[in-house]
Amino acid sequence: MKRVAIIVFPGSNCDADTLAAARAAGSDAYYVWHRERDLRRADVAILPGGFSYGDYLRAGAIARFSPAMQAVADHARAGGAVLGICNGFQILCEAGLLPGALTRNAGLRFLSRPVRIRVERTDTPFTGLYASGEILEVPVAHGDGRYTADDRTLAEIEAEGRVVWRYVDDNPNGSLRAIAGICNPGRNVVGIMPHPERRNATVLGGDDGARVFLSMEAHHATQRHDGVRAAGGSQRGV
Amino acid sequence: MSAFRVEIRVMPRIGLLDPQGQAVEHALHTLGFAEVRGAHVGKHLVVELEAPTRDAAAERARVMCERLLANPVTEDFLVAVEAAG
Repeated sequence: MKRVAIIVFPGSNCDADTLAAARAAGSDAYYVWHRERDLRRADVAILPGGFSYGDYLRAGAIARFSPAMQAVADHARAGGAVLGICNGFQILCEAGLLPGALTRNAGLRFLSRPVRIRVERTDTPFTGLYASGEILEVPVAHGDGRYTADDRTLAEIEAEGRVVWRYVDDNPNGSLRAIAGICNPGRNVVGIMPHPERRNATVLGGDDGARVFLSMEAHHATQRHDGVRAAGGSQRGV
Repeated sequence: MSAFRVEIRVMPRIGLLDPQGQAVEHALHTLGFAEVRGAHVGKHLVVELEAPTRDAAAERARVMCERLLANPVTEDFLVAVEAAG
């Protein structure tokens, strides 16, 4: 059973769903308030969706300086698994734990609807139980989800196989290269704009997101290998 | 130490998609301002601070922009210092 810290910021609103999804996958999941400096021996840290600090200044810009984020950064640098969902992805970019930025949707509208994404990489702690190329239906709910990075960064993440999910059929927010989620060079820090925790049971309209959490639990059981930890030590640009 | 008022302009980096600016440009065209060739939407921040000199105030404001007020991936900033009145 994996210990999963769900970081709660003022304005988080997907924390309960994320906690429930992690517990449904068999994890020992618990909340960590953003003022705490200790993740309490977490194996995984998850930054949930929401509108931390009201999205003041820029989405994720203020949450990045929370005491808990220092602990998350230390955890990431030690090779620990980190997942940022929606606002959590925005915070990871603002914190420099992932490259690039999430800017205003190209159509300027807040989008709340199901989208289709393709699993591009299964070699992360959160995608191990998916098949490469599998198409998932999961919802987005964001106003600032357009993934942007400079050409050099884009070329680098493409060359290193760090695009983890890509929108298919329709690119809802105008993300460059239709990017829906990426990982860091060590592959232990992952961000995704859509909400897998909202599709983890058929009663919720589908369970395409459940394996994000089941993968995390399975990763703990079978892959606590030194390779991930070693790779985490050389995170370029982090 | 003296009091300074720093005006900071944060704008989307030229060349990056600026959907807000485009929407404003379209609206201006619709209103009949056919001469408009571009519009951009950014932020204007005012920071009041204490510093030994005007240059020191500007330097501190630049560091604030780099660390928090502007996103280095998508935005550029301009700092203007005036003595606080």
